[in-house]
Amino acid sequence: MAKQIEVTDVDAYYGSHKAIEGINMTIDARAVTAFIGPSGCGKSTFLRTLNRMHEVIPGARVEGKIRMEEQDLYGSDVDPVSVRRTIGMVFQRPNPFPTMSIYDNVAAGLRLNHRYSKSQLDTIVEDSLKGANLWNEVKDRLNKPGSGLSGGQQQRLCIARAIAVQPQVLLMDEPCSALDPISTLAIEDLISKLKQEFTIVIVTHNMQQAARVSDKTAFFNLAAQGQPGKLIEMDETTKIFTSPTQKATEDYITGRFG
Amino acid sequence: MSAVTPEIQRISGMRRFKDKGVQALVYLAFAIAVVPLVSVLWLVISNGLARFDMEFLTHSMRNIGARDAGGGAYHAIIGTLEQVALASLISVPIGLLTAVYLVEYGTNGRLKRSISFFVDIMTGVPSVVAGLFILAFWILILGMPFSGWAGAMALSILMLPTVVRSAEEMLMLVPNDLREASYALGVSKWRTIVKVVLPTAFTGIVTGVMLAIARVAGETAPLLLTVFFTDSINEDPFNGPQMGLPLYVFDQAARPNDTAIDRAWAGALTLIVIIMLLNLAARLITYWRSPARKR
Ligand SMILES: Nc1ncnc2c1ncn2[C@@H]1O[C@H](COP(=O)(O)OP(=O)(O)OP(=O)(O)O)[C@@H](O)[C@H]1O
Ligand SMILES: [Mg+2]
Repeated sequence: MAKQIEVTDVDAYYGSHKAIEGINMTIDARAVTAFIGPSGCGKSTFLRTLNRMHEVIPGARVEGKIRMEEQDLYGSDVDPVSVRRTIGMVFQRPNPFPTMSIYDNVAAGLRLNHRYSKSQLDTIVEDSLKGANLWNEVKDRLNKPGSGLSGGQQQRLCIARAIAVQPQVLLMDEPCSALDPISTLAIEDLISKLKQEFTIVIVTHNMQQAARVSDKTAFFNLAAQGQPGKLIEMDETTKIFTSPTQKATEDYITGRFG
Repeated sequence: MSAVTPEIQRISGMRRFKDKGVQALVYLAFAIAVVPLVSVLWLVISNGLARFDMEFLTHSMRNIGARDAGGGAYHAIIGTLEQVALASLISVPIGLLTAVYLVEYGTNGRLKRSISFFVDIMTGVPSVVAGLFILAFWILILGMPFSGWAGAMALSILMLPTVVRSAEEMLMLVPNDLREASYALGVSKWRTIVKVVLPTAFTGIVTGVMLAIARVAGETAPLLLTVFFTDSINEDPFNGPQMGLPLYVFDQAARPNDTAIDRAWAGALTLIVIIMLLNLAARLITYWRSPARKR
């Protein structure tokens, strides 16, 4: 059910501060798109505009057009809640709900929105946990709190929670930056598996990771501190990492940059 | 090797001395803080036990003559429990909703600032004034009778700001990450508040409410002006004068004979025990609800 996203001339503001400017891109369905770029260039900001999470920050607003398969996400009659239901998100730091058990965490998005029978929930929870490669580790303690898991397990729990609501697109903001190499590998495997079903966008500071998991890579940069961030170049990952057209991209990838 | 190699040093005598000195100061401060607390408890318990018996807990003061022994505080206990329960019923929902508005919805608007301002002012309202307000408004202007309900309204005026402030503090402690995690699952704002934010802040909110209850349960002045006095049992808080434990203590302690003074001490002890039981109940609820227990 994955869908493609079309972005046209998007600017995003925090109050009067313009954080990103003039972004145009197409995010392919059933593929992994990686965002790379120096700190503060607006990767997280742009990611959050894609599922209308940007506007929950007081004073923040977005200009431009974002369409998912001919549907304008920022149309005046579009319910942002339903946008977020279709475009899920995984955060940098694992954030399971502390008052809920593992089971309840995965069921949260379902249960908080609709009524499901116990057996329906059981199936979805099991499928989602299996989808997140976590089932075997937690199947005997589904009723224990999610905060009792290791960091890597918590992050996979958050991924299970996000895919349980059956989104079309999954956004991940540095999902591995708080994890050890083994958990990182587990999540990278998971991403490769998930891309058969979902459109995936991942922000990462790890070039190898971008090279390993993504099909396309977008490089963001900002001209100077205080200037808005811009999309410099976007292409097939192999192309970006072997023969980028822009000098800035090459400098960044080869490490000749700040 | 010319540079001085760093070596692991023993803790110097001076540091040990400072450590012990500061420790002694901390314990001293603790002891000083505890002295009044313990002596009040001791005084109330030792004086109150004389009349803290079944008769005291199950009888009223009806038909007890000025010099008679016996009698009890049943009517006052009933009164206090009903008045405090009604006061909480008014102020907890209003206070909680106000706090939710302030933290979750009021984005620096005029309304938010003025509500905050008035809540602060309400915190400073002396309890007599709350009683006077209900007396003037409810009883004198609207012509309603003295009743437990009038007392409960006066108490709720005193409870409200405490509930709002403590709930607000607790809601602000809930990390924004959790709200965003819930939004990102496509959960609407009000469901996020009800299912994620409030449960996370639950323990703290319960503690805040208990403190507010404990504060008003011992208030005498507002009751004096709103529930009036009675020596008989009145179980209906909406009709006719009721008694309250603080009033009972106030009334009995003003009488000249020792039997009445004993009853006053026993009344004070009863009030302390009630507050203690309420606190214990709240502790149990929060313990029972805490995620740590399920681990
Ligand atoms: N909540 C906020 N309020 C105001 N300004 C913000 C806020 N969040 C980010 N910014 C600003 O927006 C710009 C882009 O930030 P963003 O978080 O998108 O960068 P990023 O590329 O994700 O960086 P990193 O790689 O460090 O995560 C920065 O200049 C930042 O200071
Ligand atoms: Mg970021």
